Amino acid sequence: MHPIIKVTGLSYHYDSIATLDNISFTVGKGDFLGIIGPNGAGKTTLFQCMLGIIRDYEGEINLFGFDIKQNKKMLQKIGYVPQKKNVEQTFPATVKEVVSLGVIGMRNSSDYIDKAIDFVELGAYRDKRIGELSEGQQQRAIIAKALVKQPELLILDEPTTGIDSVTQEKFFNLLTKLNKDKGITIVWSSHDMNAVERLANRVACIDRKLFFHGQSEDFFGNEERMKSYVEFAMQSHMNLHFGNKSDGKDKMETK
Amino acid sequence: MLFDIIQYGFMQRALLSAVAISILCSIVGLFLVLKRHSLFGDALAHVAFGGISLGLFTGIYPLWTAYIVAILSAIGVNKLRESTKIPPDSSIAVLLTSGLAIGVILISVSGGFTLDLFSFLFGNILLVSIEDVIMILITDAIVVPIIYILYKKLILIVFDENQAKVSGLNVTWINTLFIVLASITIIASIRLVGVLLISSLIVIPNITALLLGKGFKKTMFISCAISVISVIFGIVASYYVNLAPSGTIVLTMVSVFIVTIIAKNMRYGLKKIVVTK
Repeated sequence: MHPIIKVTGLSYHYDSIATLDNISFTVGKGDFLGIIGPNGAGKTTLFQCMLGIIRDYEGEINLFGFDIKQNKKMLQKIGYVPQKKNVEQTFPATVKEVVSLGVIGMRNSSDYIDKAIDFVELGAYRDKRIGELSEGQQQRAIIAKALVKQPELLILDEPTTGIDSVTQEKFFNLLTKLNKDKGITIVWSSHDMNAVERLANRVACIDRKLFFHGQSEDFFGNEERMKSYVEFAMQSHMNLHFGNKSDGKDKMETK
Repeated sequence: MLFDIIQYGFMQRALLSAVAISILCSIVGLFLVLKRHSLFGDALAHVAFGGISLGLFTGIYPLWTAYIVAILSAIGVNKLRESTKIPPDSSIAVLLTSGLAIGVILISVSGGFTLDLFSFLFGNILLVSIEDVIMILITDAIVVPIIYILYKKLILIVFDENQAKVSGLNVTWINTLFIVLASITIIASIRLVGVLLISSLIVIPNITALLLGKGFKKTMFISCAISVISVIFGIVASYYVNLAPSGTIVLTMVSVFIVTIIAKNMRYGLKKIVVTK
């Protein structure tokens, strides 16, 4: 069976700086992959390549067995939740209208829309302007929008940054429910190593290069590996900001 | 009062075209305002000024040259913004000033202002011809159905362009088409309020509606209603009080906006008092 995602030798340069450098990993059906890396590690760029927003990358990205550059139809199977977005208070669309944007062109979608809103527990706010909701509620509405087309893969880019801990916990429960109960494959980037350890069964550590990719317990259960990841990330940032003398290769330990 | 003046042919043409234009500007304007391109209408109108001057200079019907110049400039500026990451407000400034510069040069070459150019600058809805009315109605018939078809896609693009791309939408194509529609709308509206006041039709009813509406459709409907009522009131009032129709229309819209803000603040204040008690 094809993996849901297969990234092979992915590199991307922005203004001649390598934002992603030879990244390769796979994600199987039903996996919950946590991608960790510091700010500027290339997590968002990686997602933008995987989603076809960035197209001038080197390497290959296969989603559901098809090259994303050749077959954009695969995007229909993906729900995407971008980095927390501040919706202006005056933005006029209601929660229901925003969620309905997830199924453009689909007839008789009203039931799906209502179910998605109920699933993220926003039923009481259906007809409220999205801009009037709290940040956590807004993010849940965006998830409902991603869920309404019943995706097989959900990609979330640091969705809980800046959200309070109680709301974060609710959000994590929602993700677990989606992965365990609905069988949705999840790829989620985060700074929160504790949350990734708790929720994800697989982990990828990146900082422009891939440091580790494998089972969650193989990373978090190995203190030496975690320590060398921190060193790797620090070295990588030193190279980025103060010149790339060793190219970081001597510190890299890709599995 | 309205029934008396509606018997005049020029007033029928004025009211019909004004209602058609106000609906058009409200619908297109809501997306422009939410995209933070409020001044795009102003810039396009200034470019159209260059196009009108070109038309008057060459002896071609000025609105046709305005259409061509505005559409080409709008597409060009959009491409410039996308390819060079220039901030939207700066690219709009480039568009605005270059349009005006072309207009000024052509006027100086042709020997100064003419009456025609003056009416394009400040608008005069009472002077619209039957050909103008037909052109405005055709513009409505083109723009409104296309916006209706693209309605959800446009909302998604306004909400988040990246999410729209992930949904498989051809964002570049839709944005280009929308800019062409916006250009057509602006040129069709110049007859009503003129180049210098055009952005009021795009912006004021929509920001008023954003204060009131709950839901995209409702907001659009409220904006259209405010705009239609304002233009009818403005035209009728200007006729009886003998004022410039464009200025009267714009000041009516501004008054509705101010009254809405005051009413909203009073309501918020009353709510606060009730909660405190």
